[in-house]
Amino acid sequence: MAQAQASKFKNPVVNWIDSRLPIFTMLDHEYNHYPMPRNVNYLWAFGAIAGIMLVIMIATGLFLAMQYSSHTSLAFDSVERIMRDVNYGWLLRYVHANGASMFFIAVYIHMFRGLYYGSYKAPREILWILGVIIFLVMMGTAFMGYVLPWGQMSFWGATVITNLFSAFPIVGDPIVTLLWGGFSVDNPTLNRFFALHFLLPFVLLGLVILHTAALHVCGSNNPLGIDAKGPQDTVPFNPYVTLKDGFAVVMFLIVFAFFVFFMPNYLGHPDNYIPANPLVTPAHIVPEWYFLPFYAILRAIPDKLGGVIAMFGSIALLLALPWLDTSKVRSCKFRPIYRQFFWILAIDALVLGYAGAMPAEGSWLLIARIGTFYYFFHFLVLLPVLGKLERPLPLPNSISEAVLKGAHAKSMEKA
Amino acid sequence: MRALKTAILSAALALGLAGAAQASEAIHLPKQSWPHAGMFGTIDKAAAQRGFQIYKEVCSACHSMRLVPIRTLGGIGFKDDELKALAAGYEVQGGPNDAGEMFMRPAIPADRFPSPFANEQAARAANNGALPPDLSLIAKARVGGEDYLYAFLTGFEEPPAGVNLMAGMNYNKYFPGHQVGMPNILQPDGVTFADGTKATVEQQARDVSTFLTFVAEPHHDARKQMGVKVILFLLVLAGLMYASKRKLWSTLH
Repeated sequence: MAQAQASKFKNPVVNWIDSRLPIFTMLDHEYNHYPMPRNVNYLWAFGAIAGIMLVIMIATGLFLAMQYSSHTSLAFDSVERIMRDVNYGWLLRYVHANGASMFFIAVYIHMFRGLYYGSYKAPREILWILGVIIFLVMMGTAFMGYVLPWGQMSFWGATVITNLFSAFPIVGDPIVTLLWGGFSVDNPTLNRFFALHFLLPFVLLGLVILHTAALHVCGSNNPLGIDAKGPQDTVPFNPYVTLKDGFAVVMFLIVFAFFVFFMPNYLGHPDNYIPANPLVTPAHIVPEWYFLPFYAILRAIPDKLGGVIAMFGSIALLLALPWLDTSKVRSCKFRPIYRQFFWILAIDALVLGYAGAMPAEGSWLLIARIGTFYYFFHFLVLLPVLGKLERPLPLPNSISEAVLKGAHAKSMEKA
Repeated sequence: MRALKTAILSAALALGLAGAAQASEAIHLPKQSWPHAGMFGTIDKAAAQRGFQIYKEVCSACHSMRLVPIRTLGGIGFKDDELKALAAGYEVQGGPNDAGEMFMRPAIPADRFPSPFANEQAARAANNGALPPDLSLIAKARVGGEDYLYAFLTGFEEPPAGVNLMAGMNYNKYFPGHQVGMPNILQPDGVTFADGTKATVEQQARDVSTFLTFVAEPHHDARKQMGVKVILFLLVLAGLMYASKRKLWSTLH
């Protein structure tokens, strides 16, 4: 007969459960003793922040779904009923709508942190790929969520984005019909988008668990990009990192609260307070701000199919990033030339975002084209070539040595 | 700390860019100073009440406000009995009764403001083909919000030389495209305010814009007051977290 596993917890109930299902041992191992490099900076908190945003989105979304009607003749009015009549409905909806933006801010900072410190390199390739898939699913979820209030931008955004698939030869039109559930964006579209918008966050949750599991196999990267070699290089996750991440989360929530309570509609578009009307097209159809760089890439290519491929390609190439970057050195700290190109890429992303909000004509179109060219040039040419040519600075022997050395003594206290 | 600052700054920059990009397509609107602006701003209830009077006597001849229940006006100081009396002045359709017939009954505060036209076609037919937009959300549905409403209401003028208006259209400086079906409706002393405020066109435009801001966002005051408390709480919590974090990490040397 199988013996129950021996457990070490003082509480007999916990012990009883743990010897049958070692969930407490697992949590103790992964979140109490999990060794974190002692030199991680506040940029490492954005993973935790993004995770908390996902929980906030699921929690507020659940209660919104209880009040929302996914029928074209009711959707807009049901959202307004939430805003006016449901107890604290305005708070739920503003937290949810602005929460999407804050989620993307956290994830974008998290991704650029990974890019800067080379967190995608061996042995963290699968960790990074899971992250890119999370990003893709997030984009789909956010897009479908924006359709639900059934305002003008909801309707026309849905029309533009779903129509992208029609660019593909042969399979294009059947895909679009399938997405729409008919021959135009209409009630079946809204219904299936609502169903998917409810489902996908739980897919995200599953992916986030896998992402964390993959992280805990090889451990967190750190600003030096070198592996932790023993206990002198790390601190236990709890209480050191829980407190540090906790402080960062509260700071992030302050920014979040500022948007929710004092400028809740700043990141949205006024046209979405006009009910959807298939007969009236808005002057400019713009997606939410977090899609703007990709929208700029889409419009930069003069050919429809080419634009669609470039847009999806710009995200898909991130999947290949661990192999596109040929340098063995992770952190930009020790890559003087690549570091400069990293910042050019960051500026390029902002410029593309700005160009995406502008009408695609004249100089803005030219700027979007230059930005698009640089984006692909950076990943497909610079990264592979630079890894071979660049001479990295000497790496420190260990994290503790670098941290405790005189010049860096202060950075430890801050870190 | 520096990394955090950089992160916040770059996020702020990205947001600023996005916001600027959205705003730049609008015609330049003069900024007004509103008592409800800012973190501590609240809706000027007296102005909103005057604004409601203008809505009732002027705007509601053509514009609906279909999402707003009459009881919402409790938020700008109408008492329960005033709301009941006010509602009783409107007729809404009730029924069917026991004989299966629809009938008209006086409204109650839970009813929404009745619309002036039965449907979009009737509204267009009565307005030279133009559809007067619903006003429930107008303050949030236009770039510039209440600044736009004020500018629009005071922006009617003779068309500049060389501009030919289409039949039945009017010229407005701030309307996109400048030709608008709505006539210059606010006239000096067009309404008589009970509180003795002089009804200039500017005063009326200000008051009705305040009212429309309120109906678009009836929980405006509650939202900002809660926000101040939430942010104060989070600031104190952040201070405690930071102090504990410093103390904990200082033992690591």
